[in-house]
Amino acid sequence: MTDALFEVRSLHASYGSTEVLFGLDFTLDHGGITGILGANGAGKTTTLRSLCGMVKTRGQIRFDGRRIDGMATEDIVRLGVAHVPDGRGTFTGLSVEENLRLGAYTRKYRQGVARDLAEVYDHFPPLANRRKQQAGTLSGGEQQMLALGRALMLKPRAMLLDEPSFGLAPLIVEEMFRIVGLINKEQGVSLLLVEQNASLALDLADRAYVLETGRVVLSGPAQQIKGDAKVRRSYLGY
Amino acid sequence: MDLLIQQLVAGLATGGIYASLALSLVMIYQATGLINFAQGEMAMFSTYIAWTLVNAGMPYWPAFFLTVGCSFVGGILIERLVIRPVENAPMLSIVIVFIGLLVVFNSVAGWIWTHTIKPFPSPFPDQPLELIAGTAVPMHAVGVVVVTLAVMALLYFFFRFTPLGLAMRAAAQNPVSSRLVGIRVGRMLALGWGLAASVGAVAGMMVAPIVFLDPGMMSGILLYGFAGALLGGIGNPGGAVLGGFMVGVMENLVGTYVPFVGNELKLTVALVIIVLVVLVRPAGLFGKVSVTRV
Repeated sequence: MTDALFEVRSLHASYGSTEVLFGLDFTLDHGGITGILGANGAGKTTTLRSLCGMVKTRGQIRFDGRRIDGMATEDIVRLGVAHVPDGRGTFTGLSVEENLRLGAYTRKYRQGVARDLAEVYDHFPPLANRRKQQAGTLSGGEQQMLALGRALMLKPRAMLLDEPSFGLAPLIVEEMFRIVGLINKEQGVSLLLVEQNASLALDLADRAYVLETGRVVLSGPAQQIKGDAKVRRSYLGY
Repeated sequence: MDLLIQQLVAGLATGGIYASLALSLVMIYQATGLINFAQGEMAMFSTYIAWTLVNAGMPYWPAFFLTVGCSFVGGILIERLVIRPVENAPMLSIVIVFIGLLVVFNSVAGWIWTHTIKPFPSPFPDQPLELIAGTAVPMHAVGVVVVTLAVMALLYFFFRFTPLGLAMRAAAQNPVSSRLVGIRVGRMLALGWGLAASVGAVAGMMVAPIVFLDPGMMSGILLYGFAGALLGGIGNPGGAVLGGFMVGVMENLVGTYVPFVGNELKLTVALVIIVLVVLVRPAGLFGKVSVTRV
């Protein structure tokens, strides 16, 4: 009986015949925030994709105690996993509101949808001003907000965030992380956070794993990794 | 003036048929990036099913709706059994599959029902409708326009305002992100084919009273539908519908008023439209030019 929402053992992943993850072990606790850090090409994005059934995997992935490796993406999503992919994954041809409503597609009980929509607009006022606007015309920061909002509309138990700070101005990133932290605290949504910006991630997370070419080379409480200057310099470059 | 109004209404009627086919083509194009060359033959086959039902004694409208239902199921089956297996094949292979479907439907129809031309009933009364200025137009032409607009309105409402319609649009635009919100993309594709087949069936049943039913009925009409879809913008359903109506009206007006075209070269008008659109404005009148970063 573990406290883990996500429990990953011996995860191997490959694109075609090229193996990119070599036996990862990590966990995400209920209500916790886990950071997955590392340089470009370390396998961070592949890790998130593996959890969603988007790549070929070997090994064991458990969500809330139940094996989900081999399940189709659509079914994993219905268990309460919201993935905000790198590149945002917004439906650029649809309006802001349509994007958000799509986040609620799998929900059985429709009554809460309108209320949750209002809540998302509350968190992200720029979206409220652009409800009918085509999503592809939003700025980078607004699209990231939209992607986050869409994930929230799912009422997820876990959110997988792939480089949410990418290409965004520092002020916007700060605000976004503040909101994400709030959601974790108030709604108990567990977060798995992939970031190249290690300092930001370590501030938010409670534990972290550092990947290097498809392997975990370092793991532990986020504060501990943040406080170890030697480790930071060799693995995280600062 | 009389002649103009008559030709306009007739043009709108045939335009409605072209618009329906254009819409079916665009729906499948948006979902799959492919042109369904067999769309016309599928519509023709559906019309033969309706003919069989009516001949067996079924009243028109029950036969109509039963045919639409069968076509819906048929479209889903075709997507599952014929198209799904070649999903990831090279483009040329998929085109050949479509052409194969075209040939199969055409031949099987001729085999089951022979190539003898058959009359097809119209649900609209026979007497002409008196319009303004004392001109009379056939009721059937008006009926076709009304039915076409009703179908378009239903589809528009479905795609714009229902969650399922939204999911289908999402699945067509971005399958990967659609999976991430839990949409079963395969099912959406099958549904799209079912809808396209249903719309085609309606088009077939509307045009058959005018041109009479035989296996070759839809081949020319598909070309007009294609011209309409291109003219309006192959990526734009509303544009395609408008394009279909425009082609219908143009075909009739050019055939009537341009001396050397007449009836024989009407089809050529469609082909000329296609060539001009592709040369001058490939995105069509209402389509968006898509820009790709290289």
